Amino acid sequence: MSTSLRMLPGPVMVAAGCGGTGRELLPFAGPTGLEGLDLVTRSITLDPRSGGTGPRVEEVSGGLVNAVGLPNPGLEHFLATELPWLVRAGARVFVSVAGATMGEYADLARRLSRAPGVAGLEVNVGAPDEAGAGLFEVREPYHAASVIAAVRREFPSDRPVLAKLRPDVSRVLEGARACHEAGATAVVVGNAVPAAFRDGRAGGLSGPAVSPVALRCVAEVHHALPALPVIGCGGVHDLASARSFLDAGAVGVQVGTALLHDPTTVARLRADLLPAAPPPPEETP
Amino acid sequence: MAEERTPHGPVHVEGEVVATKRVGAYRHLTLTAPGVPERFRAGSFVALSVAGHVARRALWVHRVRASSAFGPTLDVVLEVRGSGTAWLAAQPVGAKVAITGPLGRPFALPKDAVSCLLVGEAYAAAPLFPLAERLRERGCAVSLVVSAPDEHHLLSALEARRSARSVTVLTADGSVGQRGGVPDHVDDLVRRSDADVVYAAGPVEVLRSAAAAAERAGAWSQVAVEVPTPCGTGLCHGCALPVVGEDGVDRVVRACTEGPVVRGDRVRWDTL
Repeated sequence: MSTSLRMLPGPVMVAAGCGGTGRELLPFAGPTGLEGLDLVTRSITLDPRSGGTGPRVEEVSGGLVNAVGLPNPGLEHFLATELPWLVRAGARVFVSVAGATMGEYADLARRLSRAPGVAGLEVNVGAPDEAGAGLFEVREPYHAASVIAAVRREFPSDRPVLAKLRPDVSRVLEGARACHEAGATAVVVGNAVPAAFRDGRAGGLSGPAVSPVALRCVAEVHHALPALPVIGCGGVHDLASARSFLDAGAVGVQVGTALLHDPTTVARLRADLLPAAPPPPEETP
Repeated sequence: MAEERTPHGPVHVEGEVVATKRVGAYRHLTLTAPGVPERFRAGSFVALSVAGHVARRALWVHRVRASSAFGPTLDVVLEVRGSGTAWLAAQPVGAKVAITGPLGRPFALPKDAVSCLLVGEAYAAAPLFPLAERLRERGCAVSLVVSAPDEHHLLSALEARRSARSVTVLTADGSVGQRGGVPDHVDDLVRRSDADVVYAAGPVEVLRSAAAAAERAGAWSQVAVEVPTPCGTGLCHGCALPVVGEDGVDRVVRACTEGPVVRGDRVRWDTL
């Protein structure tokens, strides 16, 4: 097993965009706080983005439609303030990166590779509305693969690069294979499902409603590519829903929308899924 | 500082409905929520879970009791607007509800005993009642204005007469109190109360007019902004509030985390 595989996150992660800046999770993270928590940041872009000012989230049966617009302070500010806070709090930080061009992805990866405390990267290659969010459009698997390759070239090979894919059952396998060949350590399946607000604006659907879709995608990818670690993401909210992803072959799960409903979800799932007292690592002389 | 020793930060707990009553157009729920009343400060809010719904329902806190037959409790005011609030309003005594709170940035209190005008409309006036009590404890002269489209939608100001020097009631249809809305009367009210600080809670036009009147009179203003907050905790970045920062730079902040209470002169009302 390669080093970056051994550094894969634990069975429960905070999904991108659902952990605030990390600070907002702290009151709900349980007695150990963020210590050892595998947290994917909201997507960070090179330049600051304020996101949209209109309604960003709409509730539908079984989920939420969102078009938040990737609000983030930009890489500079993130590196100076949010990242050091997360590292100090003990979180294992996976930075979600998003860019408009391949060059932006490469820049982000290069600068994050030098930042202390970045455990790994997650590359947002399956956003539900890339055009609307001003992101590099991933229409074909080779688009995703070239982004992953650009990131991989700039990011140390001993740290994981996760590719977050669109949970589109007709395309997810090709996308996963292409990302794997381009150097992704694991794939996250998947992002929000492309959807629309009631007024017709483009957005992404997340929450329990997408769970069966994501589960099918995870199963297909795991079945065809058993050597590629898959992290399940889509409507995980309790032990049973997490187990269904693990049973389908996922090495771990990400929790997103459920945190918006109950901010203690990750703390509870970690308590359920992590061994109570991990044995101390064996010293090698 | 003494305040540092009191518990702070929100908690997520299972609460229980201990009383429920209909008051005019609204439903008042009295809830136990271990740890929440102790941490509450006027202007902060709570988020409640609704069965079968992913998003939370954010509610203003109308009153906090440090002790009662049920221990510490808090009162929330509900206006039924959809299936979620209808479900909450239908919860009987004894029902269990998941509650997160207190959330958000509360009203800032003046250090000195100054004159304060509190302006609230409809159910959103709720946080002004605990605010009035805190201000009175500090020796501030409190003038309270409650407004509504009609009597049915008016929060009762009877109990507030203990903490307020004067109470003014406005209804758009003139069914009780003076006829008209906050924008019609607010300049006059600011002048008559000789307010150093204006606190406002309600729909955007109420907040905007109160902030503008304060500005014209050279007073500070603090407004409790209500935008839909899907999670209430700051995790989802869903409740965009356009503001101008202390540095004069336009920003979009989260109403639930950097708000709901912000300085009135900081809100970019045209963008909201």
